[in-house]
Amino acid sequence: MQLPDAETLCRQLAEQIRPNFQPNTVLIGIRTGGEWLARRLHTLLGLKGAPGAIDISFYRDDYGARGLHGRPQRADIPFSIEDAAVILVDDVLYTGRTTRAALNEVFDFGRPASVELAVLVDRGGRELPIAARYCAHILPEPLPASQNLQLEQAEDGNLFLRLVDA
Amino acid sequence: MHNPQLNKHGELQHLLTLDGLPREVITAILDHAAPFTEVAEREVKKLPLLRGKSIFNLFFENSTRTRTTFEIAAKRLTADVVNLNVSTSSTAKGESLLDTVDNLCAMNADMFVVRHAASGAPVLIAQHLEATGRDHIHVINAGDGRHAHPTQGLLDMYTIRHYKRDFGNLSVAIVGDVLHSRVARSQIAALTILGVPDVRVIAPKTLLPTGIEKMGVRTFNDMREGLREVDVVMMLRLQNERMAGALLPTPQEYYKVWGLTPEKLALARKNAIVMHPGPLNRGIEIDSAVADGAQAVILPQVTFGIAVRMAVMSLLAGQ
Repeated sequence: MQLPDAETLCRQLAEQIRPNFQPNTVLIGIRTGGEWLARRLHTLLGLKGAPGAIDISFYRDDYGARGLHGRPQRADIPFSIEDAAVILVDDVLYTGRTTRAALNEVFDFGRPASVELAVLVDRGGRELPIAARYCAHILPEPLPASQNLQLEQAEDGNLFLRLVDA
Repeated sequence: MHNPQLNKHGELQHLLTLDGLPREVITAILDHAAPFTEVAEREVKKLPLLRGKSIFNLFFENSTRTRTTFEIAAKRLTADVVNLNVSTSSTAKGESLLDTVDNLCAMNADMFVVRHAASGAPVLIAQHLEATGRDHIHVINAGDGRHAHPTQGLLDMYTIRHYKRDFGNLSVAIVGDVLHSRVARSQIAALTILGVPDVRVIAPKTLLPTGIEKMGVRTFNDMREGLREVDVVMMLRLQNERMAGALLPTPQEYYKVWGLTPEKLALARKNAIVMHPGPLNRGIEIDSAVADGAQAVILPQVTFGIAVRMAVMSLLAGQ
């Protein structure tokens, strides 16, 4: 399958967000891919400061079955969530479980005015009633569960999409 | 050799002692503790990891700080915590330790945090659970007799790493009542496993267990000699309640020779940190000017202790 160019998708996503940007809008990336993407969007939208980043490891709904793995990082939200218009940023939207975990985590930092979701690619396969307001690319056919679509960062800092076996 | 703390995949099933744990396991706990320190700064100081789990704090020996920090750690992970105080429990009526455990298992316990005056009590509970096929229940040793206090050892390592970054070049001195100290044993085990090249133990001869050099430490009977150029001073509490007979002169004389004063601390490196597991005996093993001084990291130790215990609990419960 021919994967779209991630850098082009980033620019398209930034243009989708731009007209709806409010003074109280903040970006929060979901680690790891969403954090890179949020930083990129931040630059493309010409914003000051830094976007937030969260690691949803502690909020996963499969902790009971899988335990803690990887190396969770501390959440880093350098602004107040209270009354902010939050845009959650993730690389790939799949089951929706990551988004649910991220929503739970964000609300532990305060009460935002609103939360929207921005993703680079929607790969289908939703298991929860979750949809992205901003989405740069929808795969024509949902990917099978045996495959993972993920955002990666090249050594020169460029982002690209990669398909790997789950 | 079979390590009763590890399951068949080499993962931590119980935390009973730091002795014999692979370095990667200890490092993984310290790494996992780091993100938990941030939870205390949130609006909602809670993570849902242990939601619906029941944790029993089984304290057969008095403790305020350790029990409280375990309780806070469990509550920040959304577990249900039950504190069993021995003086009001069935043990006082003659129930055996394992009968108490069986009863709590019948109440669907998921984890026991055990403090006991007898060395080996948490190991006994862990073996009992394994022998009866209840290997989904985890045991954390919160201090047993003179044996071990692994979470204290871990939080001390976390504190050292926080201030000194790396264990590779350090000189660390453990000072005081080593004989009665499970904390010292866990500290020595952790420091040597993590590769600290110079671990010193400074104590009067009567409070130094025989054969401690076999644990890989150098012993000193003179504070001025032992503290020279160290990076970390780990003070121990003088355990009056465990002193039987005449191991010591009066507390005043102990302070004079073995108390950490600013003048003695000046022999250590200028940026040396001073640690103490608490509770402090001011004017006996440590001078107030040191305990409240710029080099003391005694209160950060308490804060880090919560994050370290959250890491241990969430790693165990996730196996």
